[in-house]
Amino acid sequence: MTLTVLYFAWLRERIGEPRDTITTEAATVADLVAELRTREERYALAFSDLGSIRVALDQELSEFDAPLAGVREVAFFPPMTGG
Amino acid sequence: MAIRVQEAPFDYGAECSAFAAGTEGAGAVVTFCGIVRDNDGTLRGMDIEHYPGMTERALAGIEAEARNRWPLSDALIIHRFGPLVPNDMIMMVATAARHRADAFAAAEFLMDYLKSRAPFWKKEHSADGADWVAAKDEDEAALTRW
Repeated sequence: MTLTVLYFAWLRERIGEPRDTITTEAATVADLVAELRTREERYALAFSDLGSIRVALDQELSEFDAPLAGVREVAFFPPMTGG
Repeated sequence: MAIRVQEAPFDYGAECSAFAAGTEGAGAVVTFCGIVRDNDGTLRGMDIEHYPGMTERALAGIEAEARNRWPLSDALIIHRFGPLVPNDMIMMVATAARHRADAFAAAEFLMDYLKSRAPFWKKEHSADGADWVAAKDEDEAALTRW
């Protein structure tokens, strides 16, 4: 499957891109993160502490163990600071 | 019911007046406005980043949940993004209900949820450099009271 992967705030800065288009067979978000970490050092650095990262699947807040089947857009970002 | 995510400033007084004038059957209107705070006089400005699309969906979901919980006759959320300077207004909420307890509770609920469930991120610029604002544990804890 082909996914649009978005990065926000310091994740975007560490990776150096706001988005990637990724073709993957990853079954879950965690599998996708493991794959991203092996890409390049900047990805490994950005994803070094999953406790400080949140994920949204098709614009709904989700979890790292969530399946990716049917998903088109994955977004990674730090905990939100609105208001 | 309205949700606006915008870069442009808003006129808080005009928004409050229009909101209060437009409610039907409400005996109470509560409004809240968040302002860029300069804690120690060193803040030069702030950039607010958001996730277009998800932001509007998240705010609509939070507003719908507030309307499920309290009998609101109207609600308004305005949240800005982009560059801001100290004393700029960042966002506002307004709620209208027959009785003030519902309007106050719903406004607090909206604030608690949009602090940690709406995809906004603040980056502060000071003389020392720039830093992303970290989420506070107490903001997450605030959700457990609802």
